[in-house]
Amino acid sequence: MRSRIRENLIRVVLTMVAFSSLVFLVGIVLVLFREGLPIFRKIGLAHFIFGRDWYPTYDPPSFGILPLMAASFLVTVGAMVVAIPIGVASAITISQVLPGRVRGIIKPVVELLAGVPSVVYGLFGMQVMAPLVMNVFGLPTGLTALTASIILGIMALPTVVSIAEDALSAVPGTYREASYALGATRWETISRVLVPAASSGIVTASLLGMGRAIGETMTVLMVAGGAAVVPTSFLQPVRPMTATIAAEMGEAPVGGSHYHALFAIAIVLFVVTLAFNMVADGFTRRFQRKVAGGR
Amino acid sequence: MKSAIKNVALILSLTLVIGLGAGLVQAKEQITLQGSTTVLPIAQRAAELFMAKNPEVSISVRGGGSGNGIAALIDNAVQIANASRFIKFDEVKKAVANGVYPVPHRIALDGIAVVVNPKNSVDKLTIAQLKKIYTGEITNWKEVGGPDMKIVVVSRDTSSGPYEVFEELVLQGAKVVASALLQSSNGAVSDVVSRTPGAVGYVGLGYLSDKLKAVKIGATGKAYIEPSLATVQAGQYPIARNLYMFTNGWPTGDAARFINFILSAEGQKIVKEEGFVPLY
Repeated sequence: MRSRIRENLIRVVLTMVAFSSLVFLVGIVLVLFREGLPIFRKIGLAHFIFGRDWYPTYDPPSFGILPLMAASFLVTVGAMVVAIPIGVASAITISQVLPGRVRGIIKPVVELLAGVPSVVYGLFGMQVMAPLVMNVFGLPTGLTALTASIILGIMALPTVVSIAEDALSAVPGTYREASYALGATRWETISRVLVPAASSGIVTASLLGMGRAIGETMTVLMVAGGAAVVPTSFLQPVRPMTATIAAEMGEAPVGGSHYHALFAIAIVLFVVTLAFNMVADGFTRRFQRKVAGGR
Repeated sequence: MKSAIKNVALILSLTLVIGLGAGLVQAKEQITLQGSTTVLPIAQRAAELFMAKNPEVSISVRGGGSGNGIAALIDNAVQIANASRFIKFDEVKKAVANGVYPVPHRIALDGIAVVVNPKNSVDKLTIAQLKKIYTGEITNWKEVGGPDMKIVVVSRDTSSGPYEVFEELVLQGAKVVASALLQSSNGAVSDVVSRTPGAVGYVGLGYLSDKLKAVKIGATGKAYIEPSLATVQAGQYPIARNLYMFTNGWPTGDAARFINFILSAEGQKIVKEEGFVPLY
């Protein structure tokens, strides 16, 4: 009897704790929309999204976030160009090539990269990567979209490697055995059987890596340069959305248009990352079905 | 007639009693400051130290910009308005119409040094040249007597205090070229300029170091002046302004003590620590 009360009590407490993250999410969404929507009413969604001028404190102010969105898009794509090939290759090596003992060392080391604070990546970018980019390309400044892309790519690596490796390892051993039995070489087995079988898992890994890159703030604030122009090349300074919010929120008068505009940028970011996560989730389910069904 | 006097006396004594009572209840006096984000760090730090010494006083400091602060003073919503500019004529008219008599107190100076990479041979610029550099009209150092090198324009975020000074005194209402690298702190500007041979930036006078070269600035028709505490205090250096606190009438009580504290040697030390120029 008493143990049943305790059971119930624990169940109630656990349920409440489990739902708390939902409560936080709802709270965040509510605040975002309450603080962000007024700017749409004031200047219109189209002007906000497609405006090319970001002069929030000028009189009259312009709140066009196209340069900021383009910057976020550019550095994210750049980061993926860095992270996906290296990440997938690492995942294949770790799961298929390396002997078990070495794998037990390498994988935690790669995952350790995820634990490095982003400000440290930013410092590395400013001290090492920016001068390198400046000298190699003969640029006036090394703080460019390319620099940010490389650093963000390195930051996204652990996510990509870890999830892609899980996906590859989850492919049933029978696939590999069947492939070898048909006379395929090791490389043929990896490239024609294992990678296709794990493809949706690899796509998930890439999408989550992208989510990591697009949401990263401190690093891009430090190395992307901060110029609010629609970029025409990777060798230009850019100003991603996250950096804009972080740099300006502290000094935007609460309740003013600038303040609302920064929240509206956060809405855009939130919608984009939510979309990434939902698509990634869809691919994960497909992968699970495919592997479990065996067909 | 007699009863009228009696009534007046009654009302007066009642008011006195209620007033005294209210005074007793509200033992902890509250001073509210609102206004310029430039003055905010000074006011905030000064308030912390003042409250540590005078636990019976409670001071709250809010930002919002000079205009907001003065508007709040006009509405009698705050005792002190922080402002990085002098009060405008329209604001004075509005204040007087509302029975508020704004009194300015100059509490600090704000000087902005224009800095280049130490390797750059340029050591002086006119305000007109600076404006052209920051609006993107001049893009190469050779146009202002320097080496053939592309200029990398570094600016502060458009909501920051130093940007405000720069916009007012150098840009004079023009927009900073969109390709400028907007940095979020004096430290970040120093860092970028010290690493980038072609960079030009601006920082508060307190942030000058040997990693940066401060250039002399010439206003139209005037000599080139080096930025320093002395030239700003003497009113010679052109990219500088006064920072004010406005009160309604001459301050009394704790508000007066607080302003005196900021004007004291100790208060002016805070001013310097926060990267501004002390009055003396």
